[in-house]
Amino acid sequence: MKKKLFSLMLVASMTATLFAGCGSAESATEGAATTEADATTEAVEGSWKIGGIGPMTGAAAVYGNAVMNAAQIAADEINAAGGINGYQVAFNAQDDEHDQQKSVNAYNTLKDWGAHAILGTVTTAPCIAVAAEANNDRVFMLTPSASSPDVNVTNGYDNVYQVCFSDPNQGTASADYIADNAIGTKVGIIYNSSDAYSTGIMTTFVAEATAKGLDFVDPEAFTSDSNQDFSTQLTKLQSEGCDVIFLPTYYQENSLILNQANSMGYAPIFFGVDGMDGILSLEGFDTSLAEGVYLLTPFAADAQDELTKNFVAKYQEKYGETPNQFAADAYDAMYIYKAALEDANLTPDASAAEVCEALVGNMSTLSVDGLTGTAMKWSTDGTVSKAPKAVIIKDGVYVSAE
Amino acid sequence: MKLLKNVTAPTQKLIRTVAAVVLVYILMEILIAAGCISSLIQGLLVPVCTYSIAAVALNLCVGYLGELSLGHAGFMCLGAFASAYFSKLTADTIPDVPRFILALIIGTAVAALFGFLIAIPVLRLKGDYLAIVTLAFGEIIKNVMNVIYVGKDSVGLHFSMKDQLSLGMSVDGKMIINGAQGITGTPRQSTFTVGVVLLILALIITSNFVNSRTGRAVKAIRDNRIAAETVGLPVSKYKLIAFTLSAAIAGVAGVLYSHSLNSLTATTNNFGYNMSIMILVYVVLGGIGNFSGGIIATTVLLLLPELLRGMADYRMLIYSIVLIALMIFNWSPDVQKWKAVNGLTLDGIKARFSKNKEVQ
Repeated sequence: MKKKLFSLMLVASMTATLFAGCGSAESATEGAATTEADATTEAVEGSWKIGGIGPMTGAAAVYGNAVMNAAQIAADEINAAGGINGYQVAFNAQDDEHDQQKSVNAYNTLKDWGAHAILGTVTTAPCIAVAAEANNDRVFMLTPSASSPDVNVTNGYDNVYQVCFSDPNQGTASADYIADNAIGTKVGIIYNSSDAYSTGIMTTFVAEATAKGLDFVDPEAFTSDSNQDFSTQLTKLQSEGCDVIFLPTYYQENSLILNQANSMGYAPIFFGVDGMDGILSLEGFDTSLAEGVYLLTPFAADAQDELTKNFVAKYQEKYGETPNQFAADAYDAMYIYKAALEDANLTPDASAAEVCEALVGNMSTLSVDGLTGTAMKWSTDGTVSKAPKAVIIKDGVYVSAE
Repeated sequence: MKLLKNVTAPTQKLIRTVAAVVLVYILMEILIAAGCISSLIQGLLVPVCTYSIAAVALNLCVGYLGELSLGHAGFMCLGAFASAYFSKLTADTIPDVPRFILALIIGTAVAALFGFLIAIPVLRLKGDYLAIVTLAFGEIIKNVMNVIYVGKDSVGLHFSMKDQLSLGMSVDGKMIINGAQGITGTPRQSTFTVGVVLLILALIITSNFVNSRTGRAVKAIRDNRIAAETVGLPVSKYKLIAFTLSAAIAGVAGVLYSHSLNSLTATTNNFGYNMSIMILVYVVLGGIGNFSGGIIATTVLLLLPELLRGMADYRMLIYSIVLIALMIFNWSPDVQKWKAVNGLTLDGIKARFSKNKEVQ
């Protein structure tokens, strides 16, 4: 009898969990919408619903938060200026902890919310997982920062477009720049082998450097688990006589590399990509170490054009930080949605699938000016073409290197 | 209930657990058909099955073998990569259903093989030391997965442990395992039905195992190794069997995981020690040695952070607090005493009901 009772309780508790799940899932999504309403415009009937996915907690939170903050600023601006086709925009940011499974959960949450399109996801591996789902459901995705070709080209997902350069594009452009401008004679590379972004850029850099006849030594790898001490890699490159070091890595690691090279008395020219952006605003970093560092980036927070100045001022006022390139890409992404939806002449009555088909059709015909480039254009496979700008750090600010 | 009279108590318990799982499955299917279930919950069905199977596997190791393993995510990782590799390689040549079955067998076999190999040195250790070594093996598996590069082109397969370039593939080459970027484009075949079937299979196998002759020997070794040795039980053999079985079931969970997502990478969060510890949390919260409890704990703990999405930034904080509260409520000696005094334990509640019965 005891067993029977126990099993009944078991069943009861499991079904209870189930129903609890069913009920609170709805209230959770409502909750999310209400939180959103506090932050911005109310998610009224007949407003555009754009869903953001990115890591807002965990190790990659800095990127996710930058994207969500900037997308919110753009949404607020668009709403203040009358919305998209006369309808207000509601932006709902969901956390994915930089994990594929969680990212799909976040995507499903946004689907329940009724998102018309997805702004995200921020990081590459989760983006691939979500792209597969979105491609199945026909939901349009515009990722501000997932730069691997795996998110669209390689897997043939025609509904995923990028705002950032794709990795191959950056690696090639960097190798070309170093070769064409004769920055140095022998190039050393330090990259993060556990990071798709870093590895992707390194691979194409090496391919292009080989093609250009650039002299380089074998790339030195580190992983995210061992990203504190770079003396082994630096000593090796120093003994090889490298006078340029290419760093397709993020600025946190770059700051350590610069610091350790300095204390070793090793002073090559450092050449970074867009992940280097942010190094000047890193807390506790001696910016004099970054003097003479080259970086290839689509966005510099110190640029003097009206658009950048306005964005940086707003971002600083609202979040107390200098926006990085992720933020700029996200800000552009929201405006790209505005341009695309206006071009397609859609209203929020359209379903996510209708929006997807319309945007897949018209994205390649658009030309959008933004923070990260003028006249950005897309090919039908979803990659963007915009010119990377080479900048050099002089007296603690970015100066155009050309 | 008469039908069950002739069956032993453990089998009765198994039948009830399986019946509960089937009931939940049918209920979910009806609700999905009726459109009452949100996409979020639908998306969580396969993960719940995956981690439930992993919890069952670890429960076998922790609850019955009595050894604390912190490396079970490593076995999941092996199952996931081996099966995803196979599925990707044969995606164009073998039809869907037989391919998935073969992938399942391969994933399970690879996890079992490595479980066996790792168990040989590991099971010479006890307690904390064993936990540390399994933790290390889990990390090694994850890190090795991060440096494997396999490509396929018209010539055949290329393998490297350095980088993509050293594969020397021709232009038409396709990456299958791309180092830290893992495997992308695994066919997504893990459905809720497949998950539930595998979960039930895992429950039947483990439940039968722990109540078999071998299982009793394993439990005897857990309870008193010296006594077991004295009566002539080959300790190492039984320990190996139990650990290998546990690794194999974790491999099944890995297969389910890799075929539910399009992108498979081995990072600290998925397949590192974080995940090993998460699975251990499911087991401990559900009750060590209690398979059905583990499944319930997994379900609750997987749903919780997703249902807290409305709390925005605070959800991870609240999740942690709820986890601590649940652990204290379930396992703190003081709370247990309090529950016993107030008749809130399982036995207490049952006793109340049976008293009523007697009165009638």
